Amino acid sequence: MNQLSGADREFLLPASRRFIIASLIVAVLLEWLPWHGWALIVRPDFVALTLLYWCTHKPHRVGIGIAWFLGILVDVADASLFGQHALAYSVLAFGGVVLNRRVQRFSLQEQSVHVFVLLLVSYAVYAFIHWQASGFVAWEYFAGSLTSALLWAPLTLLIQALRRPRRDPKAL
Amino acid sequence: MTLEDTRNLRFFNRGPSALARLVFFAALSLLLLFVDARYRYLESVRQVIAIVIYPLQRLTALPGELWDDAAEYVSLQHHLVAENETLRLQHDRDAARLNQFEAMQNENAQLRALLEIKQHADFSVQAAQIVYLERDIFKRKLIMDKGEQEGARAGQAVVDNFGVVGQITRTFPYLSEVTLVTDKDNVVPVQVVRNGVRAAIFGSGNTSEMELRYQAVDVDIEIGDELITSGLDGTYPAALPVARVVRIERDPAYPFARIVCTPLAGVDRHRTLLIVSSVSSLPPRPADAGDTAGRRAR
Repeated sequence: MNQLSGADREFLLPASRRFIIASLIVAVLLEWLPWHGWALIVRPDFVALTLLYWCTHKPHRVGIGIAWFLGILVDVADASLFGQHALAYSVLAFGGVVLNRRVQRFSLQEQSVHVFVLLLVSYAVYAFIHWQASGFVAWEYFAGSLTSALLWAPLTLLIQALRRPRRDPKAL
Repeated sequence: MTLEDTRNLRFFNRGPSALARLVFFAALSLLLLFVDARYRYLESVRQVIAIVIYPLQRLTALPGELWDDAAEYVSLQHHLVAENETLRLQHDRDAARLNQFEAMQNENAQLRALLEIKQHADFSVQAAQIVYLERDIFKRKLIMDKGEQEGARAGQAVVDNFGVVGQITRTFPYLSEVTLVTDKDNVVPVQVVRNGVRAAIFGSGNTSEMELRYQAVDVDIEIGDELITSGLDGTYPAALPVARVVRIERDPAYPFARIVCTPLAGVDRHRTLLIVSSVSSLPPRPADAGDTAGRRAR
């Protein structure tokens, strides 16, 4: 599946279940750091990004169900309405799963543009629910989708680096 | 088998399609949203999940706390001396005022006893630490480290040493959620210190702005007036500072004046807040005669 795009041509270890879960937990922890003020406004959505990585690279392992479950956890931690993040992440995961072949054909910069659009849709879902529930929209909230999209390339490189096989010391 | 049939044949069965999954989970989310927003049935589920993720949440708050502790540890000697000096001065000043206050309280109690007015101003205070400032830029909320186990209850007022910060709106076993007074459309009944004019102050969703609504254009409120809680709602104890008036627009074209205030308490200044609970609560409000008559007629 990975042979087509330039960045993925090298051999990657199959992603173990443990590695996927660990990466998602790290993303959740990063999201729960006590961000506030300006940092909160530009805070990238680490959970959404990591989810999107796995949805585009391993669409049969991580899909809409896991996205929904993570959304519920974030809803509780953020004290937002039950299902608010869950719905936004489900829509995001759907986009990732459906577009996974398409996204992987592009270079990392071009992928970032795709990711930005997907994130924007997911952010819009969240903002729309909030608008329905409490009647106003904080437009600065959308800044997070831009910073998240900018982080797509570094995040992809990081996870690819972790999935690369370690050099065998006995081989030489 | 004809060609049409093979189109539907799936060699690798992966369960339902992505679209079917999306429809299922979206419907589930919408159902949860509806139930949560309308009926609040899901509080117990929320509590269970909150207990499970509590250790993780505390873990994420740890780096910030460690940073603060480290900063405290290496803070310079002359800073400490200066701070000590100002604190001592303040302590002396406060002690003098406290003596005065105690004398006045005694006198007040005697007068109230003479007039047979019930005492409402009695309240107990408990300190709590902020675990998170607002998590979501849509909402003006923060999370504190005192929960049901320590006696926090929804409805208790939260103050710092400058004034009212907000009100506990939801409690978990070890955490509680505080909605700030600046949260959009949060209302606090207040009173002007200078002349006792009563009003209701509304949050604007912006941390540095609040608004006094429904005041006539010619109301006797001036820039710089301090607003304190009137204690009329039974939620906030009386006489806690809330806000100061910073701008008044009196346009005779509108029935009400636009009065903008700035809140006195600041959640970004301290880690420690106080939970204030009224010991004696107000007697229940008697039913409105006109209202019950109307309901009976229907």
